Amino acid sequence: MSALRYVLRLGDLSLVLGQRLGEWIGHAPVLEEDLGLANIALDLIGQARLLLAYAGEIEGRGRSEDEIAFFRQHSEYLNPTLVEQPNGDFGETIVRQVLIDAFQLELYERLAVSSDERLAAIAAKAVKETRYHLRYSSSWLVRLGDGTQESHARVQASLDRLWPFTVELFEEDDLDREMAEQSIAPRLADVRVGWSKRIDEVLAEATLDRPRERPYSWFGKRGQHSEHLGYILAEMQHLQRAYPGARW
Amino acid sequence: MSAAASNMTVDAEPREAAAWLALSQIEDPELPALTLVDLGIVRFAKVGADGVLEVGLSPTYTGCPATDYIGQLVQNALRQAQVGAFLVRQVLAPAWSSDWISSDGRRKLATYGIVPPDAVSSARELKPREIACPRCRSTDTECTSQFGSTPCKSLHRCRACREPFESFKCI
Repeated sequence: MSALRYVLRLGDLSLVLGQRLGEWIGHAPVLEEDLGLANIALDLIGQARLLLAYAGEIEGRGRSEDEIAFFRQHSEYLNPTLVEQPNGDFGETIVRQVLIDAFQLELYERLAVSSDERLAAIAAKAVKETRYHLRYSSSWLVRLGDGTQESHARVQASLDRLWPFTVELFEEDDLDREMAEQSIAPRLADVRVGWSKRIDEVLAEATLDRPRERPYSWFGKRGQHSEHLGYILAEMQHLQRAYPGARW
Repeated sequence: MSAAASNMTVDAEPREAAAWLALSQIEDPELPALTLVDLGIVRFAKVGADGVLEVGLSPTYTGCPATDYIGQLVQNALRQAQVGAFLVRQVLAPAWSSDWISSDGRRKLATYGIVPPDAVSSARELKPREIACPRCRSTDTECTSQFGSTPCKSLHRCRACREPFESFKCI
């Protein structure tokens, strides 16, 4: 069941981030960004749907993607802790998005040649969308970082605050090693090299400083989350928990 | 081979042709100027050995809310066209590309006022594109948002005639 846990990690990352971005709908600074963030959220939820449907097939208990999304406890969610962090201001959302878009892009490019055909197909589809996400988020980070004193200070503070959560993205555990050995997933060290290069480029253009590495790590991808995930799930799962099986 | 099975083989070609004809008349719900066949999302319509006509559809974007609706439109059209037993399934690989929009489809998009995508998009990186205003043809345009009213389009503004317009993204 290692493959199941790995696919859940990927799907939960997309689902939780998509849910977070959806909070901006009707609240973004201007209409264009409302549309932009909503479109990215839609892509992410579309990816989550494909991945969680696949997880349901591997699990073999007949659970649909909706059942997997709506009826798991927070400790069963395996997303990295970064994606459940609150949106903060628009700049903080953009910083989180750049960090994750670059990660997903480097990951999906490699997963597109996975020995698991289904994962390879999903990744090859998702990578095209992710290129647009990264272009959107990094163009905003450059405008904010290389903008006014106020915007620069605020996105630098957001970057400093969110940076420690990136350690977890690349921390290879037994599951990651097993997936890499079976050529299902890439080595996270390789993903990190590509990610680091992309991040350095955009930070340089945005005149932002790359924060110092700290050894401390979170363990969301093993099911140990920050306090924020519970609130996200409470909102997302409420209707299905109150009225199981409710349909439109 | 039983008589029934051999009949199905004989019937295969007209059934497939009837399916393609029916599918080529379905307008995309978000882009009514184009049919599903123009968009290149119909992968195949083939009668299998079991006599079932299989139709493969590819989603343009994974989260496109029109995907389920399109599936329903296809089911209804095939039923009306009386193509016999059929099955509609989603095809993910290879991933849909804007390269697959037919030349007819590109022409229809342009006439509709949406800038069509490049004929060939890059497999690896997003290339900067020069986009001409669909109204006055000026290339003095700017992108106002990379995401428009649907995931497949971006928003632009023409600096010459000051009109806003949409462009189909290369993917």
